[in-house]
Amino acid sequence: MITIAHAPIDLADLFRIPGDGASGGVVSFVGTVRDHTAQRRVVRLEYEAYEPMALRELEAVARAATDRFALDAVTIVHRVGILLPGEVAVAILVRAAHRAAAFDGCRFTIDTLKQTVPIWKKEVFADGETWVGDRP
Amino acid sequence: MKVRLRLFAALREQVGLDELELDLAPGATVDDLLTRVCGIHPVLRGRSFAIAVNHSYTGRDRSLAAGDEVALIPPVSGG
Repeated sequence: MITIAHAPIDLADLFRIPGDGASGGVVSFVGTVRDHTAQRRVVRLEYEAYEPMALRELEAVARAATDRFALDAVTIVHRVGILLPGEVAVAILVRAAHRAAAFDGCRFTIDTLKQTVPIWKKEVFADGETWVGDRP
Repeated sequence: MKVRLRLFAALREQVGLDELELDLAPGATVDDLLTRVCGIHPVLRGRSFAIAVNHSYTGRDRSLAAGDEVALIPPVSGG
């Protein structure tokens, strides 16, 4: 399941694991907003997405992870909009028959998402703001 | 032929627009589009971005068709 959320992500909802017994291992990654970057205090993050392409690229990441690690399921929810420190920006849940594939598949999913998906975050400080990764 | 150009994040802020419509010659490539748009918005010159056409990453020599949606993808920072 791949979703872009415009409201706070309900982790309890995501962790409702189907009880069919197909998967022996469930691994999750939750990315939250840090309140500092390089010792500067972060006031908020602003996440922007090119939504139709972001959904397509998220699906591609999930498919690649599933194929590479023989996963049973991949769930990705990425939030956009204004997020405050402590809020959940992204949640990934991966299910596999055994834990090694689940751990590796989850790691691969977040690492690849961060390289390919057209989503951007702007860090807002008290005295300025910057788009992460912007190379002037 | 009319194509739509989408801008995001730092590029959107620098240009001051999130989208524009361009009228290009038939057979124009992404590279031709970039030459045109950098002429209109010189702030884009020398900026770093990938290109997507109709929601897929593509190269600058890709030929465009009427109604295509091109996006300039600055360095991504999701997750």
